[in-house]
Amino acid sequence: MSLEGKTALVTGATRGIGKAIARALSEQGVQVVGTATSADGAESISAELKAHGLNGFGIVMDVADPESIEKGLKQVVEKAGAPQILVNNAGITRDNLLMRMKDDDWSSVIDTNLASVFRTSKAVLRGMAKARWGRIINISSVVAGMGNPGQVNYCAAKAGVEGLTRSLAKEMGNRGITVNCVAPGFIDTDMTRKLDDSQREAMMEVIPAGRLGEPVEVAAVVAFLASEVAGYVNGETIHVNGGMYMG
Amino acid sequence: MSTVEERVKKIVCEQLGVKESEVQNSSSFVEDLGADSLDTVELVMALEEEFETEIPDEEAEKLASVQDAIDYIVSHT
Repeated sequence: MSLEGKTALVTGATRGIGKAIARALSEQGVQVVGTATSADGAESISAELKAHGLNGFGIVMDVADPESIEKGLKQVVEKAGAPQILVNNAGITRDNLLMRMKDDDWSSVIDTNLASVFRTSKAVLRGMAKARWGRIINISSVVAGMGNPGQVNYCAAKAGVEGLTRSLAKEMGNRGITVNCVAPGFIDTDMTRKLDDSQREAMMEVIPAGRLGEPVEVAAVVAFLASEVAGYVNGETIHVNGGMYMG
Repeated sequence: MSTVEERVKKIVCEQLGVKESEVQNSSSFVEDLGADSLDTVELVMALEEEFETEIPDEEAEKLASVQDAIDYIVSHT
């Protein structure tokens, strides 16, 4: 499964699932460039990889801002070469019931979680098409399929990502480029730590595994999809959710 | 300095993976040189880069042959 010599761009890599993905890919020999929205975050990515003797570094990039993506990508190409692996992981939540949801809550989630995938993919595809090899892995969510009250914006964005994934997989399939999704269930990260006790209890009842997932369990699937042997998996969404939803 | 014709043909060879000897001015990208829809998009993007110009989609659709591309570049740069 070694990916020695390749460059990966992982968005939102300072913590949680993104951090684990950056680590897992660099353990396969990939040079990983992780993005953060702040300079401190970018430094922490560099430090984390260095501490484990791994190849990679962090940069500042706001995936909701097209200019920032352009600037960030330029930096990546200069320092690490054109990325052949893109992991769209950066995401935010702005939960509220639709009747109370502000326009801004809707548009910022759509922009950061969905439009960003369009923009970053567009920015890296040319290089992948030239190389006749590429992997785009989009982090979706179990709620894209299930729906979740309080998350119409988040669920719409994630379901949108899955549709984008299937279309792009068809567009680029004959170039040696695969585009897939990994849909995590409830993973032990800052995002799920925000939930209160009653929400947690309700959650445990519907997870056959009886526990939250670990970020490394999602990262391992991403590393597989990035690998050479996953070349025939395309347009797929792989669920990693302890059995709570089976698509 | 190469002529527009030479530069266009060089890009066509690179993008479509064909030999220079196969590329005539009259060659159609799709029928003669085996380009698929993605190839033609990549070709247009490569031409835009080489000649530092932007080719609108409705113009790009009309570029069917090597000569079409040369004519377009000559009249727009």
